[in-house]
This record gives sequence, structure tokens and C-alpha cells, in this order.
Amino acid sequence: MKGYVGKILRVNLTDLTYNVEALDLELAQKFIGGRGLGTKLFRDEVSPEVDALSPENKLMVVTGPLTGTPTPTGGRYMVVTKSPLSGTIASSNSGGYWGAELKFAGYDVIILEGKAEKPTYINIEDDKVEFRDAGHVWGKVVSETSDILMKEIPEKARVMTIGPAGENLSMIAAIMNEKDRAAGRSGVGAVMGSKNLKAITVKGSSKPEVADEEALKAVFKDCLAKIKENGVTGQGLPTYGTAVLVNIINENGAFPTNNFQESYFDLAEEISGETMEEKFLIKRTACFRCPIACGRHVRIGDGEGGGPEYETIWAFGSDCGISDLDQIIKANHMCNEVGIDTISAGATLAAAMELYQRGYVKDEELEGLTLKWGDAESIVEWMRKLGRAEGFGKKLAMGSYRLADSYGVADLSMSVKKLEIPAYDPRGIQGQGLQYATSNRGGCHVRGYLISPEILALPEKLDRFELDGKALWAKIFQDLTASIDSLGLCLFTSFALGAKEYADLVNAVCGTSHDADSVLEAGERIWNIERQFNLEAGVSPAEDKLPKRLLEEPIPEGPSKGWVHKLSDLLPEYYELRGWTKEGLPTKERLEKLGL
Amino acid sequence: MHIEVRLFATLRKGRFKRETFEYESSTPAHILSQLNIPHEDVAILLVNGRDGSFDQPLNDGDTVSIFPPVGGG
Repeated sequence: MKGYVGKILRVNLTDLTYNVEALDLELAQKFIGGRGLGTKLFRDEVSPEVDALSPENKLMVVTGPLTGTPTPTGGRYMVVTKSPLSGTIASSNSGGYWGAELKFAGYDVIILEGKAEKPTYINIEDDKVEFRDAGHVWGKVVSETSDILMKEIPEKARVMTIGPAGENLSMIAAIMNEKDRAAGRSGVGAVMGSKNLKAITVKGSSKPEVADEEALKAVFKDCLAKIKENGVTGQGLPTYGTAVLVNIINENGAFPTNNFQESYFDLAEEISGETMEEKFLIKRTACFRCPIACGRHVRIGDGEGGGPEYETIWAFGSDCGISDLDQIIKANHMCNEVGIDTISAGATLAAAMELYQRGYVKDEELEGLTLKWGDAESIVEWMRKLGRAEGFGKKLAMGSYRLADSYGVADLSMSVKKLEIPAYDPRGIQGQGLQYATSNRGGCHVRGYLISPEILALPEKLDRFELDGKALWAKIFQDLTASIDSLGLCLFTSFALGAKEYADLVNAVCGTSHDADSVLEAGERIWNIERQFNLEAGVSPAEDKLPKRLLEEPIPEGPSKGWVHKLSDLLPEYYELRGWTKEGLPTKERLEKLGL
Repeated sequence: MHIEVRLFATLRKGRFKRETFEYESSTPAHILSQLNIPHEDVAILLVNGRDGSFDQPLNDGDTVSIFPPVGGG
């Protein structure tokens, strides 16, 4: 089958050996690639009870059949492993150019096993796979590591690396590529660090084959036109990046402020996408074959570099009561340098500020820094300390749940399954709250982005407070997203494209005969296998919940005033639509229907 | 009566961020026409932070927020 290279690179870091195996193409087709194929391979090979930071855990880097092909945004890869943060399956996605380059080198998947005796990096040039000493870059930040390694590898090779946070096993460490693209969530960087693996560099020289070049040209043209014509992908995202959401989410009164104690931020304009465009933007940037170019290259103090996404601005901004965009941009940059998830890092800092507000954290712990709401001056240094595991930074590095729990008040962590909830208050966006509660990796917005219909009117406008119908919307969005994440495309294409276009793309590349229904069914299969893994790993349906605050404390002011989240009214219908028991367990019938 | 109008993203170009207008009576459609904003350029219309409609009568002190198609995530 075309699209796939048909090869898995299996690496044993303990012995510093590798071998190349054939990819089971029947299996690949059933689980598509990326997130789906990775989860299937992982569940087949690794005990769900594995200690996530032990050598027995495996780290899988998985491309999709469209990664590296001439499809719009076809450059993404997925990191699949067991999350040290949540204990769930982790699948963390990144753009940039690294994923496509891996495909050019001739691999669909890398499976990393064991633990190297000392800091190591892997250099891949097509068939050549080398283990190299990484002692000289261990401890160095992401940009410096990348610059040093670039001198040791072929021109135009790509670097994926962890920063100090991953080396120090921070539960919220990311894996970075091209310096500022991140497989950000679920602590996948710590798993890489636990294996003493600093980086994987890759250079390839062949393109994946395509089944029907002519058909692909036609589908590409159709998709490109839809992406260009769509107001979000053709205009909103290119002009302002994701940060354009600051004002709209705030105007709806669903912009969590001071660790979700409020949900309207008076100073939102100062940290908005419009302000970033006016005062900081230097140029737009794009990932591999992306016609949208939502990336921001911005002024950072006296220098320049990758700019913050909406969720990052929220995390260090309103969630910490901060309105200083200059410092937020610098904090984002520091996160990229030490290699941490900006959402979890900012949200953990917000939880720490509330712990300080309530007297749990005392000044003596803070070594001269502050944790006061709105104090922008300390946030960059806090991120450095977090990455370096210094002082109180070591506590922050464990994420908000373990931080708050260490003071006996885990309820102050605004997380689901220990993963921090991002920038949209579910009390004011009821469907999104159901999605957070049921997401297979915990508090995540991109497992089913119901913000799209509930706020952005795409594909149609839903009342954000209405409960009727939301369970079905959540299921459909979750299933479609699972397929997109597995194809190797960017989720942002879904503002303009639907299941039919994804079927057309994969059919042209792979020669398959998907239609819209089978794309959604593949997504449902992937959703269920993730659920199976989580249940086997001991993450019970009782964890399908939201923080107590969001269920019991009404939003105090603003356009969503008076609302709590009504999860218990939504969850039974969601389980029923999934074909699961009332207790949230997948039934034998549904699993068999999905071929599991 | 006084109505606060907030414009966002590309709708600000050549216009304003936030202005208060005085009317005898008004609707969002009336305001859009006054500002030369075609309805098809409006993706999201909020009145006091809640979903609004083009022809709903406005009341003194209302805030109207107008967005072109925007997205992110």
C-alpha cells in the first residue's frame, strides 16, 4: 500500500542496537497511523501497568500515511507512550518538518526501548542509524542543543530534542523539534529523558509513494480551495494566529482567570492576538506543506523567535492574572528552551499562585521570587527554575495535581486525569466540558474541539449553555479528531474540511476505499482502544470528571455568570452513544463491531 | 440610549476597537449598516456576551461584540 513506507525502526537503547522491521500494512490500514497505529502497537507490546519512567516503557514516534506526502499540512508526527503525568495513554502531536523528514528517511515508525547507559543521541540518514554521545549537549537548552547538533549532521537535517526539563524528568516536559515546535502534552519529554535519549536527528532522501498522482492533484486542489475560502483558515489564523481567540473567549466570559476563580479578564485586550500582531509580530511561519501558516515569529526582548499560542497566552496571562504580553512571550520562549508544555506549566504556576493566595505556600519557599496574581516579573525565572528543577521549581515540575496534592488540596488543581485543562472555561461551554471529562489523555482541548460549534459557529452555531445534543457532538468530534491525528494532518484543517475530504485524501495517497463513515468508524475504533488501554492501566471511568470548582462554584461575574458545569446530566447519554455500559465500560458488542 | 460597540480582528481595520454610540433605538443590523460591515463578514455576534441576532432590539447599556471568522485551538 502506498503512503506508508512499510518500515518500523526498532531501537534498543540499552544495547545500542537497532533493526528494521516490516510494518503490518493490514494493521496500519485498520488504525490508520499516528495516534491510532501507535496506540495499537503500544498496547500490543507494553504492559499497561508499566512504570512510565522505567526502561520497560517504550516511546513510539509514529507518522501517518499522509505525513511527508503532497497533502495540505501533511507533516505531522505523534509521540505515543504511557504518560508519567496522567498514567493514561499519551499521544502528543507536533508539526514543523521533522515528521516529514523521518518519512523521507524511509520509516513510518520508530520504537524506542530500554535505557541508554549515558546521554545519547540517534542520528538517522536513510539506512544509516548511529548512536552518538550526547554528553556535550546534556543540560543544554533546546536552541543551543539544536545549533550544536546541526554542526554534526548533514545540512538541512532536522533535530528533535528534549531540554533540561526532560532530562530532569519533569512530568510536564515536552519533546521539541525545529526549536519551537512541541509534542507538548502528557510529559512525553520525561519518558525520553528517562531513556537518556537527548535527541533524534534525521535526514532523508526519498519521498513516500502515492497511489494515484492525478487523483491526489485534484483532491489537493479542492482541499486547498476550501482552506483558502474558509474565513478561519484563509484569513483569521493566517492574520492573527491562534491568539485571536483571547478576545472572543473573554467576550463570552469563558476565559479562565486566576486559576478559574473567575472567567472574565478586564485586561484581555492587552494580551490579545490583535495586540500581538500590532506590537510583536515580525512574520508568519508555516509547518511542512501548510497553506494556513498560523505560526508567529515575534520580537522576544531584544531578540526574536517563535511566539506564543492562544493557550500559552491564557496560561501565563489571565490564568495568572497577568496582562504583560512582553513577559508572556518571554515565558513562552523559556518554556521552549527548557522543553516544557506551556499549557501545563502556566496552569501549574496559576495553581501555585492560588496556593500562595490561600496561605499554603509561604514566602520562605520562594527564594526571593513571588507568586502574586498579576506579577509578571517572576514568570520567566519560574519557568527556568521549573526546567532546571531548582528550589520550588522542582515542585512546579511535577504539574499542578501533584503540587496541590502535596499541600493536601488537590482540588485546587484545575486538571482532568492530572492533565491541566486549557483556556476555555467549561462552565460557560458545556459541550467542551464533557469533552474534557472524557478525553482519553485528560484535560485536553484538541481531542474534540467543541469550541468550534459552541463559540466559533463552525460548522454551525450551537448554544454554549445548551445540553441537548452535546453528547453526540462530542462523540463525533472526538472520533473525527482521532482519525485526523492518525492521518498525519493538522487538526486546523478541520475548520475547512470534513470526513469526506479526509477520505478523498487518504484514498488518493494510499489507494484505499474510505468514505466519510469509514473515516469516522476508524476514529471510533481508535477512541475505544485508547479507552481499553486506560482501563487496563487502572484509570477508571470514575476519572471521567471535572475539578470540583467547575461543578460546584458558579462563575462569579461576566457573561457566563452563575453557571457551573452540568457533567452528570451529559455523561450517561455520552456513554450510551458510545455503546458503553452505564458505568462507562466498552461493551463486547461494540468492540467486536469495531474489530477490536 | 447608549450602546457600546466592540469590533475585533480584521473588522477593526479602518474602524475602531471600542466606541459608545447614542441612539433613539437600534438593532445590531442597524449598527452594521452604519459601520459599512456586510452581514456575511460577521461570523459571531454577541449582545452582552450572549449569542445575538441581527434584528434584536437593543436596550440602553447593551454591549455589542462583532467578530469576523476566527479560530484557533
